[in-house]
Amino acid sequence: MGGTTGKNINVTVKVWRQRNKNEKGSFETHDMKGVSTDMSFLEMFDVLNERLITEGKDPVAFDHDCREGICGMCSMYINGRPHGPKNAVTTCQLHMRSFNDGDTIVVEPWRSAAFPVVKDLVVDRAAFDRVIAAGGFVSVNTGNAKDANNILIPKPEADEAFNAAACIGCGACVAACKNGSAMLFVSAKVSQLALLPQGKIEAEKRVLDMVHQMDVEGFGNCTNTGACEAECPKSISLENIARMNREYVFASANEKK
Amino acid sequence: MASSKKLNSNIPEGQLELKWTTYRSTVHLVNPANKRSLEVLIIGSGLAGASAAATLAEMGYKVKVFCFQDSPRRAHSIAAQGGVNAAKNYQNDGDSVYRLFYDTIKGGDYRAREANVHRLAEVSGNIIDQCVAQGVPFAREYGGLLSNRSFGGTQVQRTFYAAGQTGQQLLLGAYSALQRQVGMGAVKLLARHEMLDIVNIDGKCRGIIARDLVSGKLERHFGHAVLLCTGGYGNVFFLSTNAMGSNVTAAWKAHKKGAFFGNPCYTQIHPTCIPVSGDHQSKLTLMSESLRNDGRIWVPKSKEHAQAIASGKMNPNDLKEDDRDYYLERRYPAFGNLVPRDVASRAAKERCDAGFGVNATGQAVYLDFAFNMKYKYGKTEATKKGIENPTEEQLTEFGQAVIKEKYGNLFDMYAQITGVDPYKNPMMIYPAVHYTMGGLWVDYHLMTTVPGLYALGEANFSDHGANRLGASALMQGLADGYFVIPYTIGEYLSEEIRTKAIPTDNEAFVKAEQDVNDRLNKFLNIKGTKSVDHFHKRLGHVMWDKCGMARNAEGLKWAIEEIKKIRSEFWSDVRVPGTANEFNPELEKAGRVADFIELGELMCMDALHRNESCGGHFREEYQTEEGEAKRDDDKFAYVAAWEYKGESNFELHKEELKFDNIKIAQRSYK
Ligand SMILES: Cc1cc2nc3c(=O)[nH]c(=O)nc-3n(C[C@H](O)[C@H](O)[C@H](O)COP(=O)(O)OP(=O)(O)OC[C@H]3O[C@@H](n4cnc5c(N)ncnc54)[C@H](O)[C@@H]3O)c2cc1C
Ligand code: SF4
Ligand code: FES
Repeated sequence: MGGTTGKNINVTVKVWRQRNKNEKGSFETHDMKGVSTDMSFLEMFDVLNERLITEGKDPVAFDHDCREGICGMCSMYINGRPHGPKNAVTTCQLHMRSFNDGDTIVVEPWRSAAFPVVKDLVVDRAAFDRVIAAGGFVSVNTGNAKDANNILIPKPEADEAFNAAACIGCGACVAACKNGSAMLFVSAKVSQLALLPQGKIEAEKRVLDMVHQMDVEGFGNCTNTGACEAECPKSISLENIARMNREYVFASANEKK
Repeated sequence: MASSKKLNSNIPEGQLELKWTTYRSTVHLVNPANKRSLEVLIIGSGLAGASAAATLAEMGYKVKVFCFQDSPRRAHSIAAQGGVNAAKNYQNDGDSVYRLFYDTIKGGDYRAREANVHRLAEVSGNIIDQCVAQGVPFAREYGGLLSNRSFGGTQVQRTFYAAGQTGQQLLLGAYSALQRQVGMGAVKLLARHEMLDIVNIDGKCRGIIARDLVSGKLERHFGHAVLLCTGGYGNVFFLSTNAMGSNVTAAWKAHKKGAFFGNPCYTQIHPTCIPVSGDHQSKLTLMSESLRNDGRIWVPKSKEHAQAIASGKMNPNDLKEDDRDYYLERRYPAFGNLVPRDVASRAAKERCDAGFGVNATGQAVYLDFAFNMKYKYGKTEATKKGIENPTEEQLTEFGQAVIKEKYGNLFDMYAQITGVDPYKNPMMIYPAVHYTMGGLWVDYHLMTTVPGLYALGEANFSDHGANRLGASALMQGLADGYFVIPYTIGEYLSEEIRTKAIPTDNEAFVKAEQDVNDRLNKFLNIKGTKSVDHFHKRLGHVMWDKCGMARNAEGLKWAIEEIKKIRSEFWSDVRVPGTANEFNPELEKAGRVADFIELGELMCMDALHRNESCGGHFREEYQTEEGEAKRDDDKFAYVAAWEYKGESNFELHKEELKFDNIKIAQRSYK
């Protein structure tokens, strides 16, 4: 009853190796025998790395921290899908029970012009931080706030803002998009703050600044393929993109006036 | 008992309720022009670090922020689930600053400092105001007001929350404020940087040595003050609910350069975590305390039933009410399932040790939502829908929808990890290491025993005494960063306005960098046969067995010797691949585990010297007949602050704890 399904499987892992951003990378193949299906995908990588270290080889570098789907650090492109075959989970939440005995699993880093590879499966996502720095905030200094219950927010709007705010900044949306667009990520923050009275005051400036920074960072254009929503581990909705487009059109029109 | 001369807690004089107000209006200020030339280094971007950085930059100081993750938004605070406390009394249930203060002191088993805790309770309300102003989407009622839930160790509803993702939302709020300052050029951000030492010059902390984790280069940074906001050290146990990278390195380096370490043995074992499933396990996952609002904890009354369930022959849902032992409700009728964490954890261990565990390892109890799902929420929803005699199926269906809204992400997480559907089966849970109340000793200003070096958030020995109440760590981190340090740092920096930036070719910087460099090379040159994780796991086992939920003198003495062995083997047989001049996660881990090993020894020494049980520190020799923790206030009402004197050599200093405003009593939740 422990959820211990307790099966062992054999899989072949083809993993991308790249020493640093300047060198060219290539795939490396490893046979993994007797993998418990209760293991998480990253624990399978722990086992692989333990083996590589004892064999005197270089372990595979990958990003991870919380291992429970919230920090947004893990970022593997597994069998052609960011965060792997299951919907609405991150790589760290993926378990080996999602794979079958004999499977070959291909693992790559996020690939996008705006996310250069640091090493192996690790990429540089600092562009996201710069987009937030451009406008993803409410301009309120510490100590300026009034009593919290003075701001009433209808529950449905609070809930919708929360759903947008649930984005973990992992970048799967960018990796999933053939254009490398960051629209889902940016629109989630724009939406969260546009939905709340606290964020409305600067809404126009915010959307213009954030979209501008997004372009500066080299993210591609959005052509509404919807791949981002399908691969987002937090089910961030495409409606956010629609909302951001409306906000943007409105703000640009006002700016021209 | 008198406090050690080396410890001055600098608590302001006067009446408890007025100390902070008076302090704030009399503390020295730094004028805006001078602030611009004062540099503050902030290590860590969790709730404590991000809130401090944003606020100090808003005030005009020059700030640098370091974190080892690729973005400040990924600090471990992001993973906090349940909520954040504040004495707002929005529920009109009798809450007040005094009551939050009282609950925290009592919850901490009378081992925290009154003045600090009172200040924390005083600023708690401002935290909620600030977060809401930033756009943090807390849960709300239909009338548009903020919603609250209950947490353990209290009888009021004062916990604010955002589904099961409160830490995420609070951190993203603080991160936004931080990024706003980054965008304005007031903060320089150094992500993927790890602090590897502090630099002291003429008795004051003047900077740090950090490693750029991508290039591997060592860097020297000068600061007029340094703030360690580097989180807790629960990962000394290898398995814990902390993120993989959480570590003690920053605090430990500071400790070795003069900062005393306070109450290292005070560890919080959280009662509701997903049980260990196998040797491959790399971390444990918390199931938020908020679940205890709606879940009832039980094991079977008979061992036969327990065995039948554990071996899969019986479905727990089929066990009759009368055959279940709701042991928390039985032992602690006044608080029931909402007793504090230390009490709940020990009670689970007691039942499992007695043979009533419900999984194959015998180390699991049930957290069951069926009752509230059906009869609390199901019924209410049915009534709302005008259904007078709902069927059992309807009750379950309606109830499930409510539970899903409240805890959906936690239920999903559970199903994902265990492969079991928690809407249909009771959750299986077991205690796991979660939080460390111990940390760097700080005075009322949050300054360590090294002038100019501060510790905030979980990294300090904090306000939680020997046991932290749920939803109080987020409160403390944000209190320290938004509302305390911005005032208290002025006291020190106002004396530093004439100090020019010290050039980093100063010999103290050069020497510190050389030492760090030598150590990195030492790791790489051992070229042994075992991975860093191998040693970390061994250390973790020793710590969990001997310095975990229950401790005794014999076990602790054994552990101290065992840890020494682990250390010597580590330094002769560890294998760290790669070089120091590249992105090298194994090298990072090696440094952290080496520090954990040293810390582990000190934790055991601290636990051994404290001949009493209090909060999370349970010494088997010191318990009441009913198995409750037995304090010894005459001998141990003090903070143990340890000074580093060389390898395996620590000197104890005591800070006496005075309780002038609370009657110290045996903690009872019956
Ligand atoms: C799963 C889980 C759930 C929790 N839920 C709750 C809850 O509901 N309510 C509650 O009140 N508390 C909760 N807690 C506790 C709470 O989350 C933490 O105590 C708190 O967030 C710690 O914040 P912090 O700012 O002190 O440190 P952290 O958030 O841990 O941040 C540490 C920072 O320091 C940096 N750092 C560390 N070492 C170095 C170094 N050497 N060099 C450079 N940077 C470094 C890291 O990069 C990071 O930015 C929970 C804890 C866990 C594990
Ligand atoms: S929108 Fe989704 S996929 Fe994109 S960064 Fe946020 S959580 Fe990740
Ligand atoms: S490791 Fe944090 S989301 Fe995967």
